[in-house]
Amino acid sequence: MSQKNEFKLNPKPSWKELPIASIIPQPSTSRFYLTGDWRSFRPVIDKDKCVGCGLCWSYCPDAAIKWFEDGSVEVDLNYCKGCGVCAEECPAKAITMVEEVEE
Amino acid sequence: MAKRIALECSHAISLAVKLANVDVIAAYPITPQTHIVERLSEYVADGELDAEYINVESEHSAMSACIGASAVGARCFTATAGQGLALMHEMLFIAAGNRLPIVMAVANRCLSPNLSIWGDQSDMMASKDCGWIQMYGENAQEVFDLTLQAFRIAEDERVLLPVAVNFDGFYVTHVIESLTVLEQEEVNRFLPPRRKAKYTLHPDNPTTWGPIGLPDIQTELKYQLEKAIQNSKKVIKEVWREYGEISGRYYDVFEPYRLEDAEVAILMMGGHCGTARIAVDRLREKGLKVGLIKLRLFRPFPFEELVEATKHLKALAVVDKAFSPGGFGGPIFSEVRSAFYDLDVKPRIVGFIAGLGGRDIRVDEFMGLAEKVLRGEKIEKNYVFLQVRE
Amino acid sequence: MIEVRWHGRGGQGAVTAAEILAHAAINEGKYAQAFPSFGPERRGAPVVAFNRFDDKPIWIRSDVYEPDVVVVLDPTLLKNVNVTEGLKSDGIIILNTSKKPFEAKERYGFKFKMATVNAMRIALDVIGIPVVNTAMLGAFLKATGILKLDSVLEAVKERFKGKAGEKNVEAVTHAYKETVLVG
Repeated sequence: MSQKNEFKLNPKPSWKELPIASIIPQPSTSRFYLTGDWRSFRPVIDKDKCVGCGLCWSYCPDAAIKWFEDGSVEVDLNYCKGCGVCAEECPAKAITMVEEVEE
Repeated sequence: MAKRIALECSHAISLAVKLANVDVIAAYPITPQTHIVERLSEYVADGELDAEYINVESEHSAMSACIGASAVGARCFTATAGQGLALMHEMLFIAAGNRLPIVMAVANRCLSPNLSIWGDQSDMMASKDCGWIQMYGENAQEVFDLTLQAFRIAEDERVLLPVAVNFDGFYVTHVIESLTVLEQEEVNRFLPPRRKAKYTLHPDNPTTWGPIGLPDIQTELKYQLEKAIQNSKKVIKEVWREYGEISGRYYDVFEPYRLEDAEVAILMMGGHCGTARIAVDRLREKGLKVGLIKLRLFRPFPFEELVEATKHLKALAVVDKAFSPGGFGGPIFSEVRSAFYDLDVKPRIVGFIAGLGGRDIRVDEFMGLAEKVLRGEKIEKNYVFLQVRE
Repeated sequence: MIEVRWHGRGGQGAVTAAEILAHAAINEGKYAQAFPSFGPERRGAPVVAFNRFDDKPIWIRSDVYEPDVVVVLDPTLLKNVNVTEGLKSDGIIILNTSKKPFEAKERYGFKFKMATVNAMRIALDVIGIPVVNTAMLGAFLKATGILKLDSVLEAVKERFKGKAGEKNVEAVTHAYKETVLVG
């Protein structure tokens, strides 16, 4: 993997270390912030009911849903925080929110 | 020595901005500032200045446009006054916090109400804590010079802060007088095109500006700004020295006048220092040892320099063209009092609030206040509103 | 230092006249200021503009309270504006009037030196519009002699380009010849 896949910034820098104006010089650092940890319910997609409209993809606030060429969708559980917007908006009622089980 | 030419002070700034070869001007007209950007828009329309002139819908947008343009690396200028500066207030902090070297001329104007187009320094004083370097000019020559210097100071990599060049509405802005200007080649040598900063907004190398600042980061960020503006004084002095070498006009954080053997000095900023100077001359003719300190740099405030230059005085009469309702007199007065607090032996420091809303401060009024202080007259709370009809 | 106060009505060009004089003086190597009375006045309202001239740098930046010279562009102002307020005892008032010089002196009873010119007639004859400011420049030069006619004409040409410049130059020259000083 390239260096870009590492989060390089000190989250608690000294004022000298902090880049000028606190600019974040590394692009797309939000990738390193795994909001999947927040989830207590997970979306489960019923592939038979899914019509491939992509509404869940467009509503997802964390861009955690991937929408493929063939219309199928997949949830990236690293980022899905379990908000349930996708299930609420799905016109085919193909998404169910299922409680995460205690491990 | 170059020939003196006649220019309205506002147009002296326009000319300096043109010579600085700015890339972007974004502005909204407001009296008494309008003449500056009017002339700049003519320069652009006539092809004399190759810049993007953005007509915006408000001062808030003017500063926003400058912020965006400056972040991609453009040399930016705007100008405003009074209510315009107030409307811009929010964005002033964004410009400074993002360390963008924008230069702005402020034609100091009283804040409403009542609707007043006339001058005092209450507009910039209400924005004194916005993180900008703030300078005050007395006349056409100074505002021309300060504007050119402002770009050099702002863009210096050790500084990277916006600079406000202040001058009094009408009493300076609208006066036609003489000044000596620099040739384009001289300006080009003094002020080369803006260098690419370490971080610049560009799609090829994405960076995030002004992200959320969690409590973990914000203190360090603010301290960084404080260090930057404190450290800028060294660079400002360097730039002034260099400018002096090419122009013969040397600048400093303040300008003393007949101070060496003075017992009392008037201290103020802006155009009325000229009138105060006449008052000093007349008091000297009467045998009274009075001097003047024309403060030029308000932020960063030259605490040490001021104490060093004035600690021998019996008293300082600080004249503010602004005040803080319910606070401790005028803003300059407060700073000067703070500067001296730790000294065991210090001059008496008396504040005078005058010249509000365009009211003239006459020679005899300056003489009167200096004599009052010289006589050691008791002044309750040590500051007083002059010119108020009872 | 010579201090001048111009009285006119909004639109009559008092401010422009003061500006032209400052340009001319500075081009002569003198120091000068020109500034308006800082008001929101519109066309027709009484307005004031100021000049200062000196051979050394001018520092003062207050209004002019005790002028050496007062120039009145419009005689109807005399009804409700005290144009000689603060005028130095050895000062001079320069008046645009259709009256003969001594008639004007008697009518207005000024205790000051006075110069008069029928600037309105000159403006209408020469420029074709009732704007007397450039004619009053001619009167100012004749009455005070503090600037050179040539430098003022240059400044007028700089301000008004082409045909308008020529006409205004003629107005200055005409008024310069016709202005009469009354003791």
